[in-house]
Amino acid sequence: MSMVDVVLIFLGLAILFYVLFGGADLGGGIMELFLSKDTREDERALITHAMAPVWEANHVWLILAVVIVFMGFPRVYTEGSTYLHLPLMAVLVGIVARGCAFTFRYYDTARTYRRTYTRIFAYSSLWTAFFLGVLGGSSVAGLINPEAKTYAELFLDPWLNPFCISLGLFTASFCTMLATIFLVGEADEIELTRILRRKAKIALVVTSLIAPLPLIMAEFMGRPLLQMILQHPMSLGFFALAILLVPLVWISLNRSIWTTWARAFSVMLVASIILSWFMAQYPTALYYAPDSYHRALSFYEAAAPAATLRVLVGALVVGSLCIFPALAYLFKIFKWDTLDEERRYKP
Amino acid sequence: MTDLLAARTQMALSLGFHIVFAAVGIAMPFLMSIAHHRYLKTRRPEFRVLTKAWSKTVAIFFAVGAVSGTALSFELGLLWPGFMIHAGPIIGMPFSWEGAAFFLEAIFIGIFLYGWKKLPERSHWLSGVMVGLSGVASGFFVICANGWMNSPAGFDWNNGHPINIDPWAAMFNEAALGQGVHMIIASFQAVGFAFAGVHALLYLKLKHPVHHEAMKIAFMVGAVAAIIQPISGDLAAKSVAVRQPIKLAAMEGHFETEKGAPLLIGGLPNVEERRTDYALPLPKALSFLAFGDFNAEVKGLNDFPRELWPPVVVTHIAFQIMVGIGTLMALVGIVGLFWLWKKPQNFLKPLWLKALVAMSPLGLIAIEAGWVVTEVGRQPWVIYGYLKTADALTPRPGIIFTLILYLVIYLALSLVVYQLVRRQITTLQQDLGQTQDKEVSA
Repeated sequence: MSMVDVVLIFLGLAILFYVLFGGADLGGGIMELFLSKDTREDERALITHAMAPVWEANHVWLILAVVIVFMGFPRVYTEGSTYLHLPLMAVLVGIVARGCAFTFRYYDTARTYRRTYTRIFAYSSLWTAFFLGVLGGSSVAGLINPEAKTYAELFLDPWLNPFCISLGLFTASFCTMLATIFLVGEADEIELTRILRRKAKIALVVTSLIAPLPLIMAEFMGRPLLQMILQHPMSLGFFALAILLVPLVWISLNRSIWTTWARAFSVMLVASIILSWFMAQYPTALYYAPDSYHRALSFYEAAAPAATLRVLVGALVVGSLCIFPALAYLFKIFKWDTLDEERRYKP
Repeated sequence: MTDLLAARTQMALSLGFHIVFAAVGIAMPFLMSIAHHRYLKTRRPEFRVLTKAWSKTVAIFFAVGAVSGTALSFELGLLWPGFMIHAGPIIGMPFSWEGAAFFLEAIFIGIFLYGWKKLPERSHWLSGVMVGLSGVASGFFVICANGWMNSPAGFDWNNGHPINIDPWAAMFNEAALGQGVHMIIASFQAVGFAFAGVHALLYLKLKHPVHHEAMKIAFMVGAVAAIIQPISGDLAAKSVAVRQPIKLAAMEGHFETEKGAPLLIGGLPNVEERRTDYALPLPKALSFLAFGDFNAEVKGLNDFPRELWPPVVVTHIAFQIMVGIGTLMALVGIVGLFWLWKKPQNFLKPLWLKALVAMSPLGLIAIEAGWVVTEVGRQPWVIYGYLKTADALTPRPGIIFTLILYLVIYLALSLVVYQLVRRQITTLQQDLGQTQDKEVSA
């Protein structure tokens, strides 16, 4: 267990939490593209009510991940932001658009622009989730080629390929699934709960159907992703767990008293997928094209000097001690206490 | 437009946009908490309305500040990978602390905004104060990183690479404390005056006493900050004089090295002729201000190679704007505080109210000018004395397109925020009307 591994654990956690919490927020935005006619306003109010107190905090996991990368692994940060600048820029534009649209919708007293805000919020959530998936895919796709000559080879090929695109779709779909399942537990009304439950199941089915696509596309592009997963025992374990959890989520969605379980299982499901990917890729940060000079950039060679890593771990530990109690308090007030019937949201 | 100029413009645009929201995010929670405290003490409903109105402003500005700040954390790599590859490991520490402080701010803002009915009053009030404290902390930490660019420390430079990195020494560099304090005071000053002006305008229009109260709270905060700011500015400039003599010379439009150098007020530097025209010189004042001795030698631009000069005209004019506004604000602050203490009736005179309205944007303009001084004045260096800005630039083409994209996004956001705040004010009127009705019916 070296210092690099300790930093990597923190980085992994930051990305994992961002995918779970930030991802659920993105999913909440995507859900607004699929509102039912009769309960449109209720659903929208519920999404807003569920997200408003926590979305800022959920978003910070991303900033934390970025800071860990540029302090701990500066080469990963600079190579990534050079060769993947287009999807990164896309993510940024999406983040700015959706954060602002959500806030403006909440605080704009004129109702004239609500539709515009809602549209921007929903579409930019989809856009952001999609490009986050694309970015994740481009780290493992193995098409980054610093020696390439043309613009397309340098800046488009690493991410504009069937594998990354299918991963973008998969990310958008599991974010939506997370959001719907979380919301089932937030609603107070029988009718609304029933509708959300049905949507959660649809989202689960869609996600399960899209899930094999990235693996198929990777094989198709000659990238043995499945082999990478199967070769690593931990990665294989999480992969198997993810498959096992799908029916569990389905079953717990069928019983109203198991709503909390549905939430827990869906979180475990997404976490398993992410952890399986981490394990398969460890310790590589970025895979390069087969014909490039480097085959891969590992976190070990990209790591900052030991003095920096020590300070970074110190900051992360102290930061965690400050942040986690506050975060727990935030979620206790706005999420845990709402499990109590009395304190539920009532439209 | 060259790629370098496009990248520098995009960075200036992003920082210039973000700093307004960051400044509001630092100071506004305190204004809100003061109003909140007044409500808890007096139980007058208009203070509750004011607290809620201000908290909405905090929420809007915080959200835009958060997303534009996220954009900045990526932009450093998207535009300046050659800088980040070296700087990341050295000044990552203030960035990581800033991240932690910002995280707390995001948590507490959620707790405060949506916890009105869910928390005990005292805890709820404290959560509002915590928003402000974590905002101040995150602002301070990120300025430590900027200070390091002006005053690099905590590493040895070996063939274009840093070795023997000491993150602590890098974070607590010589510029950090002076710059950090200067900017945090500036936030309080700018935001205090801005909101004093907004409420002065509303008071002129509507004569509702709540705007008088709001104006007093905002003005007191702004005035106290404005009065202590010259001291902090003087300390910051003295530090620049020692660390970055070229920057000081550009700020002052000072070309010829001399003992007993005059302070030039205003003026337009003529770089070709190497002199500053149309300025009003104060004999020996520059030597005294920079080194505390009327006869100290102040290095002029002529002592340095021409290619190491920052853009002199821009730096000098921005510095004059900042100092001019700061002086004006300090004087108005003294007068206003004296009136509040001795002659409160003067505080409601229309002329005074109009003066406050006219002054409302000045603090933010001074902040922008100040950042122009520190960033443009550091050119051509990105890490002063070690790495040129041009050498940090990303190799990818097409920066002009992202510049246009950012310009469009930020313009749109500015317009929307402006409209939002205007509409918030309209709603505030309605709310106040309701509280008055309640009082009448009670």
